[in-house]
Amino acid sequence: MKKVLIILLLAVVGYFTASTFFDIGFGQQPFVEGVKPVKDVYLDKTVSTLKVANTVTSIVVNFRGFDTLGEVTVLFLAVTALGSILYKKRHQVGERSVLFSASKIVTSGSKLLFPAIVLLGAYVFIHGHLSPGGGFQGGVIIATGFLLMLLAYENFSVGHTGLSIIESLAGITFAGVGLLGMINGGTFLENFLPTGVLNDLFSGGVIPIIYIAVGFKVTAELTGVIYTVLH
Amino acid sequence: MDNTLFEYLDYAVYGTAILVMAIGLYGALVKKSLLKIVIGLSIIDSGLNFLIVALNYYKGGTAPIFSQGYLDGSTKLMVDPVPQALVLTAIVIGFGVTAVALSLVIRLYRHHHTLNIDQIKDLKW
Amino acid sequence: MIYFILIIFLLLLMIGAAIYAVNQKDLLYAVIATGIISLILSILFYLLQAPDVALTEAAIGVALTTIIFIITIRNTVRYEEEEKTKFKSEVK
Repeated sequence: MKKVLIILLLAVVGYFTASTFFDIGFGQQPFVEGVKPVKDVYLDKTVSTLKVANTVTSIVVNFRGFDTLGEVTVLFLAVTALGSILYKKRHQVGERSVLFSASKIVTSGSKLLFPAIVLLGAYVFIHGHLSPGGGFQGGVIIATGFLLMLLAYENFSVGHTGLSIIESLAGITFAGVGLLGMINGGTFLENFLPTGVLNDLFSGGVIPIIYIAVGFKVTAELTGVIYTVLH
Repeated sequence: MDNTLFEYLDYAVYGTAILVMAIGLYGALVKKSLLKIVIGLSIIDSGLNFLIVALNYYKGGTAPIFSQGYLDGSTKLMVDPVPQALVLTAIVIGFGVTAVALSLVIRLYRHHHTLNIDQIKDLKW
Repeated sequence: MIYFILIIFLLLLMIGAAIYAVNQKDLLYAVIATGIISLILSILFYLLQAPDVALTEAAIGVALTTIIFIITIRNTVRYEEEEKTKFKSEVK
């Protein structure tokens, strides 16, 4: 009886929501006439003022950089809450060893794959302003490489102290660059280094510096999450 | 022929996104096991991100990346870059919420030794 | 024409995987179906001309979410239990 009522309620709500979206249409021009949309301003300013080739990177770091600072803070809070909820007593470690080495193919193959994955992740987050990629994507790729090594070997440890130091230094770099922009220019997180030529590696002011710091921080956090849950 | 087929694509894309969200909501309301409820929340997140990105697609447009320098008049053909930046943040925060919810499930299992929400409510008496 | 058939096929596959993930009793198969939903979503993000979002969804939704779910299943039960509270309703 309860299932039938819930299906009926979801069908009514879904029908009225869907009919609103069907009126808008798929693949049309922006539906406000006579007003200059925001995307034209962002697309023009990216090439003429900032000289950065990837528009999404310049929006995430420079035009709406404060939201990225909030997101990094939320990730840090989630990892702290996870570590404090899964508290484990020390004398229960020797009960049942649930980690064991995998077979021969996995152990010898993962030793070859691990440097290639780290190199790919570092390439993705260093060239964040020239091609699709950036700090978040590169950091998650490197964390996947560490997960492969943790699953294949039974005594592979990463050192909890080193991860904490890397994560804290990257967070301090992000906030420090913002405060430096406030001292030199006028506002928080402003671009104060000179911008180079389009499609160059060192173009774009402070954007590569901020994205490299975000890449290191995401890597350290996600590796810490997986290490906490496994042990 | 292309235009009439594009009309049907309109109903298919939006209908699928809202249907996936409704299935996830049904799973979060009806099911009795705690792990099924967390799976339902994860499916709602995926459906919502799909709806946001599909709302700003312009027919015949390209990705918003200037790979060959600045050609004149090429900004009229590019897809909107603002919702892509917002969805990037939303995906990462959805993963953080799922991780914290699963740690709470592990902690509840160690205390009550069951995952059925009817039995967890009855143990209060 | 070929893009139209591909998109319709991918959308039907996504609805089928969502229904399978909610109604299955064996929890390991439900978690793998959630990973399949994220994978199809990553392909659709690429077809909608958004390469950054496709990279992020493919890395986070397929690899990290699945591994955290599987570690939770190992620490708790594997099958969804049946209802055993019939006798409690008769007492009241």
